Amino acid sequence: MPAERPRQGVLRQAWRIAWKDLKVELRSREIVYTMAFFGAVIVVVYSFAFPSSSALVRLGAPGLLWVSTMFAGTIGLGRAFDRERENDTLRALMLTPVPRLAIFLGKGIAITFLVGAVALVVTPLMALLMDVPFFDHPGELALALLLGAVGFSAIGTVFAATLLKVRSRDVLLPVIIYPILIPLFAFGTEATAALLKVPADLDNAWYWIGLLGAYDAAFLVLSMWIFESLVIE
Amino acid sequence: MAVPRSATDWMVPVFGLLGAIGLVVCIWLIFTWVPNDAVLFFNQRIFYFHVGHAFNLFIAVGVCGVSSLLFLWRRTPRWDDLALAAAEVAVAYGAVVLVTGSVWAKAAWDHWWVWENRLMMSLLLWLVLVAYVLVRRYAGASADRLAAGLAVFGTVGLPFIYTMVNKGDQHPQAGTNGNVATLTGPMQIVFWLSVATFFCWFLALIASRVASTRGERELRELREQGLDAGLLT
Repeated sequence: MPAERPRQGVLRQAWRIAWKDLKVELRSREIVYTMAFFGAVIVVVYSFAFPSSSALVRLGAPGLLWVSTMFAGTIGLGRAFDRERENDTLRALMLTPVPRLAIFLGKGIAITFLVGAVALVVTPLMALLMDVPFFDHPGELALALLLGAVGFSAIGTVFAATLLKVRSRDVLLPVIIYPILIPLFAFGTEATAALLKVPADLDNAWYWIGLLGAYDAAFLVLSMWIFESLVIE
Repeated sequence: MAVPRSATDWMVPVFGLLGAIGLVVCIWLIFTWVPNDAVLFFNQRIFYFHVGHAFNLFIAVGVCGVSSLLFLWRRTPRWDDLALAAAEVAVAYGAVVLVTGSVWAKAAWDHWWVWENRLMMSLLLWLVLVAYVLVRRYAGASADRLAAGLAVFGTVGLPFIYTMVNKGDQHPQAGTNGNVATLTGPMQIVFWLSVATFFCWFLALIASRVASTRGERELRELREQGLDAGLLT
């Protein structure tokens, strides 16, 4: 382990790692394109699978938005770590003289960007195809989705990194993270539902957004603390 | 402290026997001695099994969470054995809680399942436990770390699950005017007797499971020694 470094150092190292991941992604755009396309296809499937009466859509749309973002996010998560596995680069990353915390934060930041990108595609598409008024309160909705992406990435990064060498990782990743993520999903859905009400129930929305923040804080601290003991190799 | 080898040897027969006697006595008392509930009448009698298992379910979850944490911290395999045993017992107890609860709900509310605070929490808890057991079985070499991480994350998630569906408690209550603490007379005696009975089963099951895991490990180590010494092929 390296000697003690100032806090700023960890954040800068984390950003370097995140930027490395994002640069790789920007060159091939493999994950963003496939994730976004997958998200879009789910939305199209939904728009056929569910009745398109606007009253019903208002009730169901929040859940659909979060489900499609989470499904697409899981695909991106698995793929982002597959890339590290294929060339055994996670081991190289672990051997670099930076604290594990920086590696965790770096991977987490990169995945947050990917999930955010999916939400950016899925939300307008749902608004368009299913006629959902998502953009009446864009700030609150964006904040809720951002907090959702942060929580998803924190938990997802810990377990995707631990599962890296496991043969059945593709099926075990959702098996492990979905039960843990259900509260996050429920808070996000409730917040979105409160925003879609006529008139929008902002008090309620902020209550659920606050819970999202509390959930993120608890699991970020836990993930930062546990990452080192889980990801040994 | 995990039970030492000699302790598991006597725990299984002693607590197994106590549990068997308790089970017979409990069933007899439940159907002959305890009066009908003032509101729910006859169907309230399932309560002694339902809540008796639920109490022990939460004990098992606590044991699993704490010993997983200690395993990640200390890396002693005995903590891991205890966590695995507690998780498997918790899955079994959780299944009993959900099934007896469902039967009781059909009798009391005329629904098999209602999306209500405590039901939701128990179900999500049970999903995390099932995921834990799946990971143990299929994750190969890193199963112990992954499962310990899942147990710790699941435990931290519990308070969030609890706040998630806080929409007023309509769970059937044991007495006419309150919770377990307000039970009186025969109801109180039989209730605590059934909790103690299922706790004896819990101890017997955990002890036998820990002993079998330990036996497996010892066998594996002996086999490796034999292979090293050239005695086995």
